[in-house]
Amino acid sequence: MSKTYEYVTEPALVKGNHDFKSLTALITDINMRPTPKGWYIAFGISNILLFVLLFSIGYLIWEGTGIWGLNAPAGWGWAIINFVWWVGIGHAGTLISAILFLFRQDWRTAINRFAEAMTIFAVMCAGIFPAIHVGRIWVIYWVFPLPNQMAMWPNFNSPLLWDVFAVSTYFTVSLLFWYVGLVPDLATIRDRIKSKLGKTIYGTFALGWRGSNRHWWNYEKSYMILAGLATPLVLSVHTIVSFDFAVSLIPGWHTTIFPPYFVAGAVFSGFAMVLTLMIIVRKIYGLEEIMTLDHIEKMNIIIMVTGSMVGFAYLMEFFIAWYSGVEYEKAIFILRATGPYAWAYWIMITCNVISPQVFWSKKLRRNVAFTFFISIVVNIGMWFERFVIAVTSLSTDFLPSSWGYYSPTFWDVITYVGTFGLFFTFFLLFLRFLPMVAVAEIKAVIPQADPHNYDENGEFNPPKVEIPEPIKDSAQKG
Amino acid sequence: MSKSTVENNMYGVLAEFRNPKELVDAAKMINQNGYKKFDTFSPFPIHGIDKAMNLPKSKLGWIVISHGLIGLIGSFAMIYFMMVADYPLNISGKTLLNIPAWIPVIFELTVLLSAFGAVFGMFFLNGLPKFNHPLFNSDNFAKVTDDGFFVCIEAADPQFDADKVQSMLKDAGGTNIEEIYDN
Repeated sequence: MSKTYEYVTEPALVKGNHDFKSLTALITDINMRPTPKGWYIAFGISNILLFVLLFSIGYLIWEGTGIWGLNAPAGWGWAIINFVWWVGIGHAGTLISAILFLFRQDWRTAINRFAEAMTIFAVMCAGIFPAIHVGRIWVIYWVFPLPNQMAMWPNFNSPLLWDVFAVSTYFTVSLLFWYVGLVPDLATIRDRIKSKLGKTIYGTFALGWRGSNRHWWNYEKSYMILAGLATPLVLSVHTIVSFDFAVSLIPGWHTTIFPPYFVAGAVFSGFAMVLTLMIIVRKIYGLEEIMTLDHIEKMNIIIMVTGSMVGFAYLMEFFIAWYSGVEYEKAIFILRATGPYAWAYWIMITCNVISPQVFWSKKLRRNVAFTFFISIVVNIGMWFERFVIAVTSLSTDFLPSSWGYYSPTFWDVITYVGTFGLFFTFFLLFLRFLPMVAVAEIKAVIPQADPHNYDENGEFNPPKVEIPEPIKDSAQKG
Repeated sequence: MSKSTVENNMYGVLAEFRNPKELVDAAKMINQNGYKKFDTFSPFPIHGIDKAMNLPKSKLGWIVISHGLIGLIGSFAMIYFMMVADYPLNISGKTLLNIPAWIPVIFELTVLLSAFGAVFGMFFLNGLPKFNHPLFNSDNFAKVTDDGFFVCIEAADPQFDADKVQSMLKDAGGTNIEEIYDN
């Protein structure tokens, strides 16, 4: 038996020859130089889509939810699909900023700001759907525990009310987390920007931050507590979203696998969306040295893992449907794969189960163009997953006499397309006005930041990592 | 505190250091010399500087847990009041005191209140927002959010003596030493 030992050094988190000053310049100059033309074009297109969204919402309120394809028996359609899809996308941001922080994964610093911004805008898009689908949006405040003229309270035993609390708490905590991370970086821009107006605005939001280590001490504690709070929160939100389905008795929904399966799917689609956006942004803004190929590879591994978990959940659903012996359960799963919605089911399987498996190959994990393609495929697949769950179960419930075929209308489609306008309008504003990489955090992960990497004269002198000769034992020779 | 510093409104003496290690060493030295009212400034939190400065444990944990308990007890009390006391509704014969079904909302509100405690408690402990500070009068200090490492010994410290402090910071390797005035 022979063994060879080798030290494998971790690749540097920031490529190129960066120091504190060049990192500040690289990231915050994007916010301070004149707006590029391409930004205006993208912003214009997003604004048109945003207008489409506002128009379709306006018409919905005017006319009622009858303009959508909802009908008996499928009383839930694109609105809930889009809601779950957007909330799921949001989850990657919190996962990167909270769970990876607790696991001391320093590579998160390159992408966490960016992903958190994505979370906030995705949750905004998600929040629209449950709000507008109520039909009478002017009494939407009934979902909150506010005194009203009927002296009634919301029903706290209802999963739909749990959703209200889960999503609004999630949005608020994500926003606070994001803002806390932003404060030191806003101070950086405040100290560098020349214009008086810019100084006032950034200065206001920086709250007078001055890098005091007495402040950093509380700040780091606060950040860690927030990460500790956000971790169970992010898991609970999609669990509660899955309760909307799982707590009912409809065949195909009434399963205990839903919470973990939904959370895995959320992380899966969220990471795909972060990759889609990141691959474009790093190219346009020249951030390849911060958002490196190693980052893309690590995220692809997470996509592969969560994709496999989702695939396992699909298998397990089938197994349990058979093992439970409940005829309705068995029937719905066979119908999903062979019935009228088989096309959607097989799109879902192809995109979610088969496509991420290509990332077992290191070469493909590190291929940017290919990753971009797969990230979009995954997001399409995850939309179809929610479509399959929501629509197939509702349209083929217990009684064959009440079965029907659900199809969306024009208004379903443009409301969904319009949410991209909302998302990208905010996202482009974020790219333009806020540092898209956490400047203070990325400085802390380069070797210059560690006091141990200086010699006694105060000169920068990082310890050389020694890679010893492989130890070969005698068995190998013989 | 010498009389002259009170008269001319001195806030403290600011010195710049080259890198995180020199800042940690300076903080250790200042602390060993018995100064209490001083602070170090850096563009990012430096590993181990809390020990060098001898900072007390952050009180934030207490703020967060008390907020969390308010969220926990408050949300339970709210739901109990609404579902059992004020407007009991018989929904298919289910029990009114339906605690398992309340857990999601109680959990969310506990997290929400704790997060408020963590964020606003941190700003409260740090005395932020504070838009005007004597240190902002120093032009050199703008580097602190970029690549500057600073030490400031405040005039309010009982052993403060401007000349002594300046020579001490100089010996420790500080550059760009300047007096900061409070106006």
